[in-house]
Amino acid sequence: MSNIGRAFENGKAFIPFITCGDPDLETTAAVVRAMEKNGADLIELGIPFSDPTAEGPVIQEANIRALSAGTTTDKVFDMVRSLRSGDDPVKVPMVFMTYANVVFSYGSERFISTCAEIGIDGLILPDIPYEEKDEFIEITHKYGVDLISLIAPTSAGRISMIASEAEGFIYVVSSLGVTGVRSEINTDIGSVCSAIRDASRVPCAIGFGISTPEQAAAMAQYADGVIVGSAIVRLIAANGRDSAPVVGEYVKQMKAAII
Amino acid sequence: MAESKGRFGIHGGQYIPETLMNAVIELEEAYNHYKDDTDFNRELTDLFNNYAGRPSLLYYASKMTSDLGGAKVYLKREDLNHTGSHKINNVLGQALLAKKMGKTRLIAETGAGQHGVATATAAALMGMECVVFMGEEDTKRQALNVYRMKLLGADVIPVRSGTATLKDAVSETMREWTKRISDTHYCLGSVMGPHPFPTIVRDFQSVISREIKWQMMEAEGRLPDAVLACCGGGSNAIGSFYNFIEDKDVRLIGCEAAGRGIDTFETAATLNTGKLGIFHGMKSYFCQDEYGQIAPVYSISAGLDYPGIGPEHAMLHDSGRAEYVAITDDEAVEAFEYLSKVEGIIPAIESAHAVAYARKLAPSMDKDKIIVITISGRGDKDCAAIARYRGENIYE
Repeated sequence: MSNIGRAFENGKAFIPFITCGDPDLETTAAVVRAMEKNGADLIELGIPFSDPTAEGPVIQEANIRALSAGTTTDKVFDMVRSLRSGDDPVKVPMVFMTYANVVFSYGSERFISTCAEIGIDGLILPDIPYEEKDEFIEITHKYGVDLISLIAPTSAGRISMIASEAEGFIYVVSSLGVTGVRSEINTDIGSVCSAIRDASRVPCAIGFGISTPEQAAAMAQYADGVIVGSAIVRLIAANGRDSAPVVGEYVKQMKAAII
Repeated sequence: MAESKGRFGIHGGQYIPETLMNAVIELEEAYNHYKDDTDFNRELTDLFNNYAGRPSLLYYASKMTSDLGGAKVYLKREDLNHTGSHKINNVLGQALLAKKMGKTRLIAETGAGQHGVATATAAALMGMECVVFMGEEDTKRQALNVYRMKLLGADVIPVRSGTATLKDAVSETMREWTKRISDTHYCLGSVMGPHPFPTIVRDFQSVISREIKWQMMEAEGRLPDAVLACCGGGSNAIGSFYNFIEDKDVRLIGCEAAGRGIDTFETAATLNTGKLGIFHGMKSYFCQDEYGQIAPVYSISAGLDYPGIGPEHAMLHDSGRAEYVAITDDEAVEAFEYLSKVEGIIPAIESAHAVAYARKLAPSMDKDKIIVITISGRGDKDCAAIARYRGENIYE
């Protein structure tokens, strides 16, 4: 088991997502530190991809900004390596969120062994469903990196199959569609989470559409953590290189709302 | 234990978000149920013959043959189908299947607009709602097709993300499908995407090679020596090849869009320039950079302007069973003009890529050899763009 379990030892976990290199990697590093300091329990780092098919407009645009700024997989690895070393290393568990082709084209073993070496605890690949995970999981197991499983509102009949083999945490997709801020979340998330509980002891965290402390508190009733992406990416889009304090303050409020 | 489905050699699979998994499983089950169902096939054949105008002609191009001075050239006239291209074959099949599944809404991506027009047509015929996603760049290149889709009752959504072309239209249609699944079928237009699409689309398009086979036996009493088709995602090519795959003496040649040349970045020739990857639901070859970022491809032809290729083509390429050549914009435009003047047939600029390769191949073959070129669509939609390419100031 990786360090991801530690993220769920401090009450309900708050899991922020940011796109690496948006607007540049120095800002990403500063935002990671600010999020850790303000109570983030696990940090999801997005490696930008040219065609992020599971993302809504906010994160699509962050991907474009990051790639336009010259962000590459190797530069993201360097940033994480430097965050995890030095006098004041970042200790919070971190996972990468990216698309299968970014891993595959780098060489899956080369990518995943580098994750282990630099202190990345898990990998979220939204275009790798249960049926396609084998070609990656043999490698993630070899290097002790968790491959995170996703469960969606449309996963009826598949929940116990997916949950029983899950590791790290289970990413519960709150609603249909792509990532992005939503005013309402209508899925019967409680029954999805209880079906997961019946099949697995791995913690679950709910993501997609959550932006306000009220929504986070509501979702935290059902799960072990909440994931917030687009709302933070929007703050970064608005604040650019000055994002770290703003995102830190937001993370503090969100953690306070769910703990 | 996980089981990966829909493999063509190492290619294919189902690389899609969990949200869509039950939708593709439901589609596969429905397809497996209906594909051998007598009533379904009777209805589809009736639509093919009495609505789409099948079988399409296999035309002996005598003037082109004597002009090139080598192999006999036959044209498989998919351009004569209702809506003007081979796309209708797949769309009628999928729309009928969707209807049987109780779906009331079709969504589709389109590049040149031919698949969008075909989908809008089938939706109109079958009383279904239709939304077509089209790259904004392509809505400009193919303005007439946008109007045709609207006339047929479809909503056309211009896609502004990424390069605003076919790949972005596919991404946006996939996103739309994750938002609304229960009443909606994604009518994918090529032999690509997650399983079962490459198989379903191939099966519906394989009518092309089924007909070529018996038409050629009738006309010549033997099989052709080569079958040529243009190849973007590869639906008309696989349709033209499929029933010849076991006939090892028949050369199968896919003609990719080289754009300004395969040694430039302005190309869409996937098998000639791409490498193995995972994108849009499948493992196959893709034009991409060293970090796996999908390349912004280019071709004069909106229908071939796609950075990937269907997984079955990737397998046929690996095994060497089919050959894939690259044809530049210039060669395609010359072939577009050539077929118009020599045979009085204006081919789609996509199909002109296959005509261009035939102009190189036929003269090198003996006169007792036979080649078939699939003319996947008609060229009316391209006339204004080609005129502009030639420096004429024509607008639609």
